[in-house]
Amino acid sequence: MASGMQEKQYTPSLLSFFIYNPTFGPREGEEEKKILFYHPSEVEKNEKIRNVGLCEAIVQFTRTFCPTKPAKSLHTQKNRQFFFEPEDNFWIVMKPNKDGKPPTIEYQEEEILDTVYGAVVRQCYSMYKLFNGTFGRAMEAGGVELLTQKLEKFFYRYLQTLHLQSCDLLDVFGGISFFPLDKMTYLKIQSFVNKVEESLSLIKYTAFLYNDQLIWSGLEQDDMRILYKYLTTSLFPRHSEPELAGRDSPLRPEVAGNLLHYGRFLTGPTNLKDPEAKFRFPKIFVSTGDGYEELHLIVYKLTREFCEQLDGLVGPQLTLLASDICEQFTINRRISGPEKEPQFKFIYFNHMNLAEKSTIHMRKTASVCLTSVHPDLMKILGDINCDFARVDEDEEIIVKAMTDYWVVGKKSDQRELYVILNQKNANLIEVNEEVKRLCATQDCFTTLKTVTSVFNRRLFFS
Amino acid sequence: MSEEHYLELCENPVQFEHASSVNNVFFDEANKQVFAVRSGGATGVVVKGPDDKSSVAFRMDDKGEVKCIKFSIGNKILAVQRTSKSVVFPDKRSLKLLKSQSINVNWYQYCPETAVILLSTTVQGNILQPFAFRSGTMSKMSKFEIELPVVPKPAKLSLSERDIAMATIYGQLHVMYLKHHSRTANSTSAEVVLYHLPREGACKKSHVLKLNTTGKFALNIVDNLVVVHHQSSQTSLIFDIKLKEPDCAVNTHQPVLPARSIHPYRIPLSGPAVVPSQPPVPCQLYSSSWSVFQPDIIISASEGYLWYLQVKLPPTVNLLQDKGKLMDFLLRRRDCKMVILSVCSQSTRGVLPVVATVFDKLNQVYKEYLEAEQSYTVAMESGPSRGSAAQKRPVRTQAVIDQSDMYTHVLSSFTERKGVSHKFIIAVLMEYIRSLNQFQITVQHYLYELVIKTLVQHNLFYMLHQFLQYHVLSDSKPLACLLLSLESTYPPAHQLSLDMLKVSLARCSSQITVPSLETRCCSTRCSGRSSRETSG
Repeated sequence: MASGMQEKQYTPSLLSFFIYNPTFGPREGEEEKKILFYHPSEVEKNEKIRNVGLCEAIVQFTRTFCPTKPAKSLHTQKNRQFFFEPEDNFWIVMKPNKDGKPPTIEYQEEEILDTVYGAVVRQCYSMYKLFNGTFGRAMEAGGVELLTQKLEKFFYRYLQTLHLQSCDLLDVFGGISFFPLDKMTYLKIQSFVNKVEESLSLIKYTAFLYNDQLIWSGLEQDDMRILYKYLTTSLFPRHSEPELAGRDSPLRPEVAGNLLHYGRFLTGPTNLKDPEAKFRFPKIFVSTGDGYEELHLIVYKLTREFCEQLDGLVGPQLTLLASDICEQFTINRRISGPEKEPQFKFIYFNHMNLAEKSTIHMRKTASVCLTSVHPDLMKILGDINCDFARVDEDEEIIVKAMTDYWVVGKKSDQRELYVILNQKNANLIEVNEEVKRLCATQDCFTTLKTVTSVFNRRLFFS
Repeated sequence: MSEEHYLELCENPVQFEHASSVNNVFFDEANKQVFAVRSGGATGVVVKGPDDKSSVAFRMDDKGEVKCIKFSIGNKILAVQRTSKSVVFPDKRSLKLLKSQSINVNWYQYCPETAVILLSTTVQGNILQPFAFRSGTMSKMSKFEIELPVVPKPAKLSLSERDIAMATIYGQLHVMYLKHHSRTANSTSAEVVLYHLPREGACKKSHVLKLNTTGKFALNIVDNLVVVHHQSSQTSLIFDIKLKEPDCAVNTHQPVLPARSIHPYRIPLSGPAVVPSQPPVPCQLYSSSWSVFQPDIIISASEGYLWYLQVKLPPTVNLLQDKGKLMDFLLRRRDCKMVILSVCSQSTRGVLPVVATVFDKLNQVYKEYLEAEQSYTVAMESGPSRGSAAQKRPVRTQAVIDQSDMYTHVLSSFTERKGVSHKFIIAVLMEYIRSLNQFQITVQHYLYELVIKTLVQHNLFYMLHQFLQYHVLSDSKPLACLLLSLESTYPPAHQLSLDMLKVSLARCSSQITVPSLETRCCSTRCSGRSSRETSG
């Protein structure tokens, strides 16, 4: 099978997806009241009730064995189902579509998919919560009726964008890609953001991105990570210039010469000059110390001209700032040379600040996922990640996969690093050296501890 | 309002017997001494100077009206002039003619600080010929022309010595010309024209100070500021020739501040007839009996006082709204440190762009000082150089505000101020750090500590992570120890601390036992092993 460089075909990836609350219909004959959302909606009512009832029963049953940790997934011969209880008594259940392969007995593979799909279900909830607040909030505002309305409105659209086959380790992390920047430019951006927030008191939080990468977030991590996912997989791709849609290099400078003369709102008014035009900013919910606050999301794409206009408002350095960032971007490109194959194929994730870095994924949107490695290798990464999740100590795992590849996974404190090496005849020592070389080239890895104890090093041959 | 007077007379003037029918008062500009000559010297001459601990008194024979009387340095030789063509030295001494020059002179002025004499020549009197006196020689300097507002026809003396003064401003000798009417049609107000008189080379017109009014004026120089006193309004203006005016032509200056009178002065009464409880009498300022001498002396002969004029900086703060200009002004003044720090504190009650400007202005000066220190150190370390003069150690003026000054006087109390949003506190701290970085000044770790403490206090851990990630808070051992101490509040700080230690140790390659830090209860033992006592 060729490596997954082409877009995946759109096949319906979900068999079913439903949300229920057993406390809404506890009595006989009231079962339908439990169901808050069901996809596909054309399924017969009784079948819906049956499926929900089954899930409810399984959860209840498994609770007797472990009251604190409810069931997360159910594997049957034909299918898998994933459970998630985001708020008390509210359950989300997802049943992905098998991708046409015969059911495998291999334990490892199924476990990987568990973590990935489990993360996907969580993400569905987080995304809903971002735009609608919690289920509880909807209940307070308008009872079950309002909640079902909101769920229908949101999930009907959202589920169409889910492509489960494209989900992988990065979905488990739900991380954020940060744009590397020198200290001085970073401080200038800080200064700019602070001045904007001060002079426009309506603004509560600001996040500053360059292309798809984050530079600064004034929002807390949990809120930022889901907002980041929304921006990078939904909002930004929607607004990319049609002329550039076909280019294979996904990273292009935002302040390009002739294509983008004007700054514009990506949410809200498309034409500022039209006084009649009505516009709405999408509302999002972010967490505060003791609850949630409702804010409007304004996304503005900065360009050179806009910078010059803003200069008058907050100080004359913004235009230079935009040039500085562009310059840094060019430097970064020169160093990493994304046109050709990256020197090292790796994925890095830091649980503490959610920073992720991947030279394997080229573009990741809801509908497209370009990875430069074989999906089977990605599954191995997922497997290593599961292993890491099981223990607290630092670990290093080295896997010889297929004929040509070595996969190395390192876990140190809250950081994880996965490296894929295409070195057919290398031995263990050479692989180790190669990984060390990689670590020397990347700043973020300098603090990854080298685990010297042999006992912590495990080898798998597959 | 007393808050607004930015000029004042010094507290302890030199007092002398005021001029009267029997007492003549003379002032020697070179030694700054006042001579009170009673009855031509017969009943006594009292000499007082600001540096003399006590006055010198003596008698001399009354041989007629004294026109001029002076002492040499150290009061060694007395010279008295009674006629227009002779000078008498009461003690017999020998005199030697060193040099003579023959010129038609209308009047002259002498500047003792620079030992330069200025002669007014030609019929109109506006061609000035300077001579410099140096180690027993007299050398001719380039002569120059003062532009007159009106060219008189027929030609007559149009430049009076009252309209010229010489003074050193920012280390350079200038000739100041009080021009009463400007030549331009649309302006009839007076201005002061400055001519820069260099040691070598031509004298050139260098600055024009706009007075925006007419009348009688007097000039002083205080703390490198040109002070122009205006008698009819009883106010004074100050000009700083190094302040650039954005809206004016090159080297044209407007007054720095609105006109204000000198701070009211009260004369304490003294003498046998005075009751101690009597309040001091207000002194009449800008009186016609006032004489003004360069650079900063005002004498009231009728009341018997010699004052030094001084600048008061605190009132200038509220009179200048443009804080950038205010900082430029203050950073050039002598006793500016506490005022500048108060401006910094005050700016933290305002908006960020002003805070940023204030920080940038003072860090510019700080950086210049650091660089001068650096090049001095390098020069010293490389040993005595071949033939060049020994470099002087750069003087640290009050305008050099370093990080410890900012921390002590401004930032640490600012971070504890009640009612300020924590976002603003962080923003101000980051602005200072940004400014230091912009001038490539190494940020001291205690500033980073202030940032970290504020972030932790308000649970802004995600911000802390981002700052550490981008190395905005530079790695250092003290900072790593601070992070370690925060572990109980925020467990991941332990890991952040270890990371920082690894990075900072990799840089200075010293040995430290990392495992000892990993045991949670040993965080205080990172300073080293205890020494072992040897017995016997």
